Amino acid sequence: MPTTKQISWIKGAVFVAALIPLARMVYLTVTGQLVDPLEFITRGTGDWTLYFLSITLAVTPLRKLSGWNWLIKLRRMLGLYTFFYGFLHFMTFLWFDHFFDLAEMWKDVLKRPFITVGFIAFVLLIPLALTSTNGMIKRLGGKRWQWLHRLIYVIAPLALLHFWWMKAGKHNFSQPILFIVIIGTLLLMRVWWATRKSLSAAN
Amino acid sequence: MLIKRSPNGIDLPFSSEITPREVYESRRNFMKQIAMGAVGGAALLEMAQREAFAQGTGAKLAATHNPAYSALDKQTPYKDATTYNNYYEFGTDKSEPAMYAGTLKTRPWTISIEGEVKKPLTLDIDALLKLAPMEERVYRLRCVEGWSMVIPWIGYSLSELIKKVEPTSNAKYVEFVTLADKKQMPGVGSRVLQWPYTEGLRIDEANHPLALLTFGMYGEVLPNQNGAPVRMVVPWKYGFKSAKSIVKIRFVKDQPRTSWNLSASNEYGFYSNVNPDVDHPRWSQASERRIGEDGFLSRKRKTLMFNGYNDVAPLYAGMDLKKFY
Repeated sequence: MPTTKQISWIKGAVFVAALIPLARMVYLTVTGQLVDPLEFITRGTGDWTLYFLSITLAVTPLRKLSGWNWLIKLRRMLGLYTFFYGFLHFMTFLWFDHFFDLAEMWKDVLKRPFITVGFIAFVLLIPLALTSTNGMIKRLGGKRWQWLHRLIYVIAPLALLHFWWMKAGKHNFSQPILFIVIIGTLLLMRVWWATRKSLSAAN
Repeated sequence: MLIKRSPNGIDLPFSSEITPREVYESRRNFMKQIAMGAVGGAALLEMAQREAFAQGTGAKLAATHNPAYSALDKQTPYKDATTYNNYYEFGTDKSEPAMYAGTLKTRPWTISIEGEVKKPLTLDIDALLKLAPMEERVYRLRCVEGWSMVIPWIGYSLSELIKKVEPTSNAKYVEFVTLADKKQMPGVGSRVLQWPYTEGLRIDEANHPLALLTFGMYGEVLPNQNGAPVRMVVPWKYGFKSAKSIVKIRFVKDQPRTSWNLSASNEYGFYSNVNPDVDHPRWSQASERRIGEDGFLSRKRKTLMFNGYNDVAPLYAGMDLKKFY
């Protein structure tokens, strides 16, 4: 177990590292190295939302397998970065696709299933981000807070479906399949532990 | 919507719609200032180097500019048009064709014209180049994905070639078969599309003077990633209708199956005319982003019916273009 001081160093490093993808997008855009920066940023923020979702969901299994319980101290930040990149991804849709025309955006959200599921996934992330503070955990009570945060098990499949449908037009499923395998494994490990726990409790 | 028609049926932008030079230059300066503030001198140096490579290095291809068939829109920078390509034989990422198309051998190259014709032909590419006078035409290119470019192509109307082979009365459609050689094209072998990539036009579409058999762009022979040594450019249809690196042109009786239509018929129809009123299932086609111009500070521009080439409208008189998308 690292010391408190070491953990704050690790947290600081993760905080900075998590901003590198955004910094790279800004750098490549501002220096004019991208032919279509808007597409690059739209795709990039979406990809990084999925990466952070996977990393966040990996914390608990990794903790259980390795016994490194201090990993839990990183989970909130990783979850908030999932929301952060998801928010940026939503903003690319509102800004680049609709130039902040909310009425037009709504039409698109309601008309196209691929956008509908992505939008729902994003909206469901909002309460999780809002209740991420220690104060909110206390106010809700640990049990209720935990139940609320199980929304991530709804959000993850919606995000995967959004990605799958996005790639469906070009039959380009290698990446969606990779993410389904990764996130699916992380979720199945939880199911496995939960059943084992309830079985041993029953015995 | 008010559509101004010029005598040749090509929509030219209203003079009020053309971005004045001072305005776009001031936008550029604005971006440069941001660059200076954010990343300093390195960024400016980088941009200066990009300017220096703004022209290509390919062999020159002489042509007479045809103003009657040239849009007045601002042309897309050469670098953008040659590094942002959909050419799946070289990979599905838009940067991949420019990286991997170097392995394509464009000489020797023969192209056969066959099927329902009185005089079938097998031509060497150098003979095909001399078949009719070369014209330069500046066309808008609208990709089905929602972006667009403006490119000065070099070639001649496909109808010049069609005249030579004398199609029979059975020739209702023209099918374009393109090269699919795993040795030269690393993307062939992926299961994204059925190879070889084939496209098709109705015979009257193929005979329309706007349908350009294309050999060059920006005053030079086509770079490999843009479909060398010979490709079609059909400016009133989405870009994928314009087959690249053609090896065979077949005149046929029945509507040919086309690669994208085989892959997803609900998304990519045989006609695939640029049409702001017919959405792609996953996005609207009502507007588009002009590469190098529309960006962070402006709304996307409206897509024009037939990409602004209203001259072709009579080809589709009486057809329900929502059904024949």
